[in-house]
Amino acid sequence: MTASAQRALALEAATPHAAEQADLHPEKHRAHVRFINLCKVYEGPQGPVPALQGIDLDIQRGEVFGIIGRSGAGKSSLIRTINRLEKPSSGRVLIDQVDIGDFNEDTLVELRRRIGMIFQHFNLMSAKTVWQNVELPLKVAGVPKAQRQRKVAELLELVGLEGKHKAYPAQLSGGQKQRVGIARALVHDPAILLCDEATSALDPETTQSILGLLREINQRLGLTIILITHEMAVIREICDRVVVLEKGEVVEQGPVWQVFGNPQHEVSKTLLAPLQHALPEDVQARLQPHPFEHHASVVLDLQFTGSDGKEPDLSALFSAFGGRVSLLHGGVERIQGRALGHLLLAVSHSPLSAEELLSRARKHAQHAEVLGYVA
Amino acid sequence: MWLDRLWQGVIDTFLMVGVSSLIALILGIPLAVVLVTSGKGGIFEAPNVNRVLGAFVNIFRSVPFLILMVALIPFTRLIVGTTYGVWAAVVPLTIASTPFFARIAEVSLREVDHGLIEAAQAMGCRRWHIVWHVLLPESLPGIVGGFTITIVTMINSSAMAGAIGAGGLGDIAYRYGYQRFDTQVMLTVIVLLVILVAVIQLGGDRLALRLNKR
Repeated sequence: MTASAQRALALEAATPHAAEQADLHPEKHRAHVRFINLCKVYEGPQGPVPALQGIDLDIQRGEVFGIIGRSGAGKSSLIRTINRLEKPSSGRVLIDQVDIGDFNEDTLVELRRRIGMIFQHFNLMSAKTVWQNVELPLKVAGVPKAQRQRKVAELLELVGLEGKHKAYPAQLSGGQKQRVGIARALVHDPAILLCDEATSALDPETTQSILGLLREINQRLGLTIILITHEMAVIREICDRVVVLEKGEVVEQGPVWQVFGNPQHEVSKTLLAPLQHALPEDVQARLQPHPFEHHASVVLDLQFTGSDGKEPDLSALFSAFGGRVSLLHGGVERIQGRALGHLLLAVSHSPLSAEELLSRARKHAQHAEVLGYVA
Repeated sequence: MWLDRLWQGVIDTFLMVGVSSLIALILGIPLAVVLVTSGKGGIFEAPNVNRVLGAFVNIFRSVPFLILMVALIPFTRLIVGTTYGVWAAVVPLTIASTPFFARIAEVSLREVDHGLIEAAQAMGCRRWHIVWHVLLPESLPGIVGGFTITIVTMINSSAMAGAIGAGGLGDIAYRYGYQRFDTQVMLTVIVLLVILVAVIQLGGDRLALRLNKR
């Protein structure tokens, strides 16, 4: 082998490592949790089933990071690789820049005490009281009794369950059970909180209160929160960034306002659909693809992504149309301080052609399209 | 006169069943824990241990007690030095009831929601913590129920042991009722056994109910 070939080989072998070391992406080096080419394959009855395929992600310290996807998309597997309830088939998981791949039982126990986790079905010990449930992680860690009592009391107060110390989980409501779960997860002062569909078994009102509590914890304790859900509303409520997972792959990621305002992938659009404003059914039924008479109204779909940081200026928009504009459906949501608007309008008696209306609309809205014509 | 014998029979039955069930409890629970945790996906996964232990338990469970008792006579003589009396009966009773109880306890242990084990792992429990703080407390009501059934079955078996010379109520019923046609003794023994079983079953049910917080 020639010297240059040897050098080339050595360089090739060193490249991935060197790239990680080089400070080309400083944010990656501050990442709290980092996945590198993570794969997970299950052995199914009909051969291997891939659950995660080449996941590369960086989760920053202190952020609320959402992972969304349909059931079976690999969300559960992904979040479980962070505390190694799930062992990846290949690839790496770095927590605080430390590869957890070759941790043994001792180091894993230490790691898991730094990572709290809450579950969809709460997973509380039914034979233990609220107090004993929250105390358990401290007890198994050998924390002295006086310290345990102080910590448990403090956390039960934080989650608002002061009066329920002696209750058993069966005597609590779903929301209260999840509060116990949160207290239990925080009892070791973890740096990361994993939420596995934490609100999916709760009613909307309780969901709001639990999400509120999580947001408060994130802000007060500076905790990194990583949550998985199939509900876009949860992401909208508390997340800073989101990834969309489909068939074990990341199909879309970005700040929540961006993914909400302008979803790129089919799956993201499907997941968003329940939250979006759709054309009323009766209008939809009357909709024609082509102008069928001279005075037909043009139905326009306008979206404001908030990317210019401004709220939509309706008066400017309407006067640009130069006709009668009626609102069929619409609304504005504020996500992370940005106004995301969606308007469905019918424009009639305008001297302008549909194409002309569209080009004028695009000066104001980030996305505009003609849906059709109605009488 | 026969009342004295009857009293002695009650004491012998209590001794036989009490000692055997205590040993079955002490040996059966660890056996059940090993059966559950060594299985596929268990926290101490060890398929070979699981297979051998499972086969062992099944063999003892499939031999009828009467036959087991006779087959174990040499072993019993080795352990207690005699094949006659209460202590000789304890050996086959224990050997028959330990696998029986272990299987029942195994079912209760297996019913513990996997989510609880996952939660325990996530909070930093070691594997033996999971056994001690999760598996056993969560399945305790079921284990108590299973232990009650084991004791009742053991009273049943102890009567059989009585018939081949172990003493106890079974011995009295056999000698007076069967060999001498003494209906009065026979009926008294039956009533005593019914009361004994009822008290144990009721006590077991009560305890299981009190322990069940679900």
